[in-house]
Order: sequence, then structure tokens, then C-alpha cells
Amino acid sequence: MPLFNKTPNFNFMGPRRLATGISAVLIVVTFASLAFRSLNFGIEFTGGVLLEVGYETSVDLENVRGVLAEEGYANPSVQFFGSSTDVLIRLPPVEDVEDGASIGEQAFVALQARDPAVELRRVEFVGPQVGEDLREQGGLAMLFALIMIFTYIMLRFRWKFAAGAIAALVHDVLITVGFFSITGLTFDLTVLAALLAVIGYSLNDTIVIFDRIRENFRLIRRGSAVEIVNTSINQTLARTVITGITTLIVLVALLLLGGETVYGFSVALIAGVLIGTYSSIYVASSAALALDVSPADLIPPKREEADETP
Amino acid sequence: MNRYPNWLNYLVLFVILAGALLALPNVYGVDPGVHVSRPDSNPLQESTLSQIETILDEEEIGFVSAALEDDAGLIRFANEVDQQRANELLRERMPNHIIALTLAPRTPGWLGALGLEPMNLGLDLRGGVHFLYQVDLDSAVQQFLGTYEASLRTELREAGIRNRVRVEGDTLLVPIIDGGDLDEVERMIRALDEAGALQLVDRLIVDRATFDDGPGFRVQLADTLLRERQDFAIQQNTTTLRNRVNELGVAEPVVQRQGLDRILIQLPGVQDPAQAERILGATATLEFRLVDRENNAYDAQERGRAPLGSELYSDTGGLPVLLRREVIVTGDQITDATSGYSQGTPAVFVNLDSSGANRMLDTTAENVGYPMAVLFIEETPELVERNGEEVIETVSEETVINQANIQGVFSSRFQITGLTPFEAQDLALLLRAGALATPIFKIEERTIGPSLGQDNINQGRLAIIIGFLAVVVFMAIYYRVFGLVANLALFANLVLIVALLSLLQAALTLPGIAGIVLTVGMAVDANVLIFERIREELRNGNSPQASIRAGYEKAFSTIADANITTLIAATVLFTLGTGPIRGFAVTLGLGILTSMFTSIIGTRAVVNLIYGGRHQVRRLAIGGNV
Repeated sequence: MPLFNKTPNFNFMGPRRLATGISAVLIVVTFASLAFRSLNFGIEFTGGVLLEVGYETSVDLENVRGVLAEEGYANPSVQFFGSSTDVLIRLPPVEDVEDGASIGEQAFVALQARDPAVELRRVEFVGPQVGEDLREQGGLAMLFALIMIFTYIMLRFRWKFAAGAIAALVHDVLITVGFFSITGLTFDLTVLAALLAVIGYSLNDTIVIFDRIRENFRLIRRGSAVEIVNTSINQTLARTVITGITTLIVLVALLLLGGETVYGFSVALIAGVLIGTYSSIYVASSAALALDVSPADLIPPKREEADETP
Repeated sequence: MNRYPNWLNYLVLFVILAGALLALPNVYGVDPGVHVSRPDSNPLQESTLSQIETILDEEEIGFVSAALEDDAGLIRFANEVDQQRANELLRERMPNHIIALTLAPRTPGWLGALGLEPMNLGLDLRGGVHFLYQVDLDSAVQQFLGTYEASLRTELREAGIRNRVRVEGDTLLVPIIDGGDLDEVERMIRALDEAGALQLVDRLIVDRATFDDGPGFRVQLADTLLRERQDFAIQQNTTTLRNRVNELGVAEPVVQRQGLDRILIQLPGVQDPAQAERILGATATLEFRLVDRENNAYDAQERGRAPLGSELYSDTGGLPVLLRREVIVTGDQITDATSGYSQGTPAVFVNLDSSGANRMLDTTAENVGYPMAVLFIEETPELVERNGEEVIETVSEETVINQANIQGVFSSRFQITGLTPFEAQDLALLLRAGALATPIFKIEERTIGPSLGQDNINQGRLAIIIGFLAVVVFMAIYYRVFGLVANLALFANLVLIVALLSLLQAALTLPGIAGIVLTVGMAVDANVLIFERIREELRNGNSPQASIRAGYEKAFSTIADANITTLIAATVLFTLGTGPIRGFAVTLGLGILTSMFTSIIGTRAVVNLIYGGRHQVRRLAIGGNV
């Protein structure tokens, strides 16, 4: 049951301008959505109080909201968490630090007074300064990872490829973030981790293609850069698809079976794997082409010297 | 012919077997348990254990076993319902003990004897309380400047120089009113940092300044000294918090510094954050003072101020008390404290160190028959807004908890009464654990219920098993014999990840499990690369043996490049991330390393065993029309 009986020969690089247009539109949409809707940050980022409570039977969210409103909690966000018996309550950030966590416990006591069977599954309290630090740290981690990766690819492939790879990574991270902004899914700490895993995955894909391009530049002396890039993408296509499938298989298993806590993580990675696969072909490779790659840009310096010596 | 040298085959075998042995403790699972310990650090007695057994038998709560482990009692149950019932019952019936929920590994004794342990589960998987405290470093610096202020003032006075030395924020102000040679004063200031003066380094920033009350100096700590003082404050607080956590008697607690000024505390199995916090965050200390017998406390209260040499406080009933300013003994001079009962009332039995004992001896000898008071001081930091900036202010609550006439002369051992049994227990504990040098305040708290933890484990395990099986089926269908080899490698990879996590005792969290799941999906990538390459070589008309060799060789640099870059991402996550992010980074990084081993060296060894020895291989069962 082979995917391809012989090496396929799709003209991937043909519609690369169209693909660039699509990517550009997606990125503009991302920025627009971030500007107008921002992200639905989890309490790790915003600070605040979060409670997860479990009821024995299905519960009406309006009742829960009613109880909280009566107790004087302003604007609680109340939603189901995975099932109609599990409820997630988010209370806005509180000014007085000392009372942060006890507010959550008090809210639980109020709920318990109405329904003694309710179970406290977790309480989280995050002070405002923690969230601020986390946003800073997350951004820093992202930036730092990109710089390190750029340096590594520079050493292994020269700068045009490094630029292509980084363009693809920025593209993937931005669009995945845009996806979270548009859908309004909670952007929490696990999603941030998923984004960095997306960087890893997308890069994996890009490197496999670049490696083949490098090899082909050495083997195939005739043919334009576009043709060689096309051939390389086709030669690695089976691998790209198979690895994509196995990764998506486990991610879907995680999405369906892993529970609510890793829901955002799974969604971010599924979106990231799809975008990352697309970007390895259309962003990384076309960016390298746009920068006019040639065999001289690939073969490591030592080789170059050897080639030039008669 | 494709053959590995024998030593390489043995190496693969050895690594896999060692991995299997290390991972073995995890297959036995855990029992829901209850951990019983004493509030002081003394070991639990056999008799207490049989007492617990009797209590459980009386209420007909079935338990699997009850044993002493590491000086504490560990009772195992067949299910969570019994565990919960026993937990509530023991809390009620054994008020003087610390009862905590725990997950007790069922690892057999011989594995334990080899030092092998199952993976360490994070709080989100086992339930418990997580606190993140921020240490108020500004006040640590202020306190330190306070000691400079006191000694400089004494020195200047002895030298006959009138001054108004005071601390303002992070600066020591030294205005000289008269009688001073400023150069001489500067020399005195520089000598304050004794350690620095000895090493001939200047760790004080001393600037001349003119104040309203005269010329003088502004003194600040240079960066090196500042950092030294901040580190000291955090270390001291970490030690105190660790002592207090130990007093709480929780199994496997975590107390560690996080970042510049934060301390992380995790208490697995604890379900009552309020109780834990009362102990952790408290800054309670004691002062022993004589009661002012010459003045009337009610008069002082009416006038609103205390007479010279005395201070006005109120007792637990709210009545005014006048105490002499001089402190006989403070809480730091207490070497041991235990709670108990004295003539039917709750009491704390206190031991003093030698200097405290001497002071107490002198004071009691001179004041037999007169009242002495115990002043209880509790400081709670509060974050308040001042001019748009958030600043921490310490609110101090001082209460006279006990007044009694001195019955006779005593020195190092005595008792304090006038407390409820509850207060006596807490006070004894706090006195033993020591005081916090610098105020701390809580900036993060998380309580995870035990049922949520168990759900997380079950869901994570299910996701791994189903994801793994789906990938295995896919690979077997798609790559035939080679797919089966890759599956073997994938399984070995899982075993090795679990083995390394058990060995490192890094906490496994839910994001960590997600990292393992992701690794399962990505680990086959190396084999996919190799197998696709082999197919390509076969299509190009190469012989099966040559194709295998070329496939592995040509795919290697690609695999290395791809994995190194992912490893970079994992390292960055580990370095900059905290908590759950770190857990994910650890499993992702370990997964990459183990998968490189199993999917390149491991599969090659197996492929060589299957095909390598044969002279004539006509076809490779690798799928595809090749």
C-alpha cells in the first residue's frame, strides 16, 4: 500500500506566488484579529482566580452564575469544562493579593451551600505580577529559540536558507496565534508550549527538504534552482506526508482522550502541524528561492575551497 | 552483507535491558494511601500505628496494609473511597498528628533495594497544593541598612559627633549636625562593610550631600553587596520555609527558589491550603517582657500614649496592657518548643539558648512575684497602591497572649499558657521552624483535588496507549517487516523515556505526558526518512543490501539536523520555562535523544539481524512496489 509508486512530479514551485499571497492574507488577518479581538489569555497570563468544580448530575450554568452574582462576584466567567457536570469558573483579577486564593475558596463554599454534593476539583490563584512576567518570558523564549535556530542553520546551510527557515517559523507561529485569536480559544501556558513544539516540528520538516535541496545541488549540475527545489520537495513528499499522518494520529488521540486540560495544547499542535507542513514547502523553499539560492549558497565553505582548487 | 560488530549489538541489548529494569517499578502502579506523621520531627511509634489500625477496624474501613516507612505511618487502601473516609476519620480522631493523602507505589521490595523508584508524579497528576511566594527584597535591604544605622549611630555618638542617621528606602542618610570631621565620618561609613573592607573591595556607594539638618553623606549598597544581601534573604527564607514544610509532615514536598526573588512550594496530597498557608506564611514571633506595674494601663489608653519607658498593647480580650520597653528574650533565642497540656490547659513548653537563659535567670531573680507578659507579634505583608505604584506594607499585629506572676527563678526551660490548643500547636511549630527574615507574600496558589489528578493520569495513559497503537498499526501496514522493526523501536523508545524519567526523578506532569505523546508521533520520523530512502534506492535499481546501507547512511545527516533543531527548541523551553512548560520540555528533549538511539542504531541492529546475514536477499518487505 504505497503512497506513491514512483517519485511524484508535482510542480510545487509553480503557484508559489499565489501561495505567498495566501500566506500574506492569513498574516494580515492574524494582525487584524490580534488588534481587534486580542487573545483570550488564560489566568496564568492575566492573573485572577479559577475554580473547577464537579457536580454529580448535569448542572445549569445560569444557576451557578446566579449563586455567584448573589454572593457579589462581579462578572464571573462560567462555562462547562469537558462535560455538563464539570464547571470552570473564572473570576477577574483581584487587587488585594492576600485575599486572592481565599476568594476562590469562599466562592466554592457558596456553591456548596446550595448543593452539598459539589466537589472542588481545583483552585488556582495567580497574582497579576506573575502573568506579566510570564508574557515577557514567553516572548523571550520564542525570540531566543528563533535566534539559536537561525544560528544553527546558518552554520549548516548558510544564511539564505536560515532566512527561509526563520520566515517559515515566524509564519507558523503567527498564524497559529491568529487561529487562537479568531476562534477565541483560551491561550494558556500549555498553548505556549505547543507553539514552541510547532517551531520544532515545522523546522524538522523544513530541514528535511533543505537537506535534499543541498544534496541535489551537488548531484544535479544542470537544471535551474526552481527545478531542483521542485525535485527535492517531490522526493521528500512521501516522508512529509507519512510523518504528518503519524503525528496527527497521536494528536487526535490526545485531543479526544487527553481531557480538557490538554485540549488547547492539542488544537494548537494540530493547527501548527498542518501550517508547518505547508510552510516548509511554500514559505521556507520559496523564500530561499526569492533570495536567489544557488549551489554556492549551500555547499559548506570547506567544500567550496576544495572545488575551486584545480 | 550488513552486519554490526558484536559489541554494538550487545550495546543495544544492554541499553534496552537496563531501560526495562529502570522502567519496571512503574508497572506496579500505586495504592491510594494516607500518610500519618507527628508534628515534631520525632518518628511515629509502633503503638500509634496499632492505635490507627484499631480506629480503622472499629469503623470498619478496610485497608490493605499499615506500616512504618521513613519514620511515618503509611496506610494503603484498596480504593479512593476508603482512603477518603479514613482521611476524614483520622483527622478527627488524631488531632495531634498530620494526616496527608498520598499515592504509595506498589514497587516490590527487591526493586526498592536496588534504589529503583517509579516516576515522580507532578501535582497535577497526584493532587496537592502549590504556592509561589514572592520575597520582599526591598525590605530585606532596608533591614540590612537598619543594622548599619544602629552601629553607625553608636560609633558617631562615641566619637562625640552629633548626627541624624536614618534609613530612607534603599539609602542610608548620614546628616552631621556638628562636631564632625567629614573625612573621619566617611572612614567610619566605609568600615561598616567589614567583609568588604577585609577583602579591600569597595561595596558601598558613599556620596557627599547637603541635608536640611547639615552636610553629610548618602550611602547605598553597590551591586555586589546588594545581590549578596538579596541572596542571603532568599536563602534564609527558603531554609525557614523548608523547616516549616518539614514540620507539616508532608511526604515528598518541594521547596525551591525560582528566579530572582520567588520561592516555590509544592505539597503533594495536601487538600487544605488554608491550614498549610497559616503555617507557611506566618511571621509570628514572641517577646517576653515585664509588665509596667507603676502606671495604669487604662489611663494610658485614655491619653492615647504610653508613659516613658513603656508601650501600650492589648491582650486577647482587648483590654489594655502596659509593658516595659526592654525585651528580655525574643523568639530567635528559643531552641525548642513543644505543645502539650499543663494542669489541664494548653501550653507551649519552651527551651532557651544560653544567652536567653542567662537573661531570663537575671530577670526572674530580680522580679519574683511580679507579672511578666508574652507578646505575640504577627506581621502580614499587604500589597497596597501608593501614588499609582504597588508597594508592600507590613502590617504588624501585636497581642499580649499571656500574663503571669513570676512564681520562682527559672532560666532555660519554662512554659507559656493562655492559648487555645490549636494556637498552642501552631505557635510551637512556628517557634521551632524559625522566623522568616524577610516578609513574603503569595502570588500564586493552586489546589488540585485528588480525583482530578487521577482523571488526568487515566486520560493521559489512555491517550498514550491509543495514539501508540494507531501509529503501530499504520506503520505495520505501510512498511511491512520494516514497519514492525520501527514499532519495536517505538516501544523501546517509550520504555527508555520512562526509564530516564524514573532515573532522573523529574516530575511527570500532564504537559509532560503530552510531550511523550508527541514524541511517539515524531519518533517514527527518523524511520520514515530511512525507509523512504531505502525504497528510493531500490527503485533506482540498487541491490537490497546496498539499499539498506545507503538508506541509513544518507538519511543520517538529515535526521541529525532535524533533531538537533528540535532539541534547541526543547532546551530553550527548559531554560526559560517554569513548571508545566519545563515538564513538557524534559519529556520532549529526552524523547528526541532516546528516539535517535532506537530509530537509528536500534532498528539497524534488528534489520541487520533479519537481512544482514543472508547472502542473497531478493526482496525487502518494506511495502511499495519495489
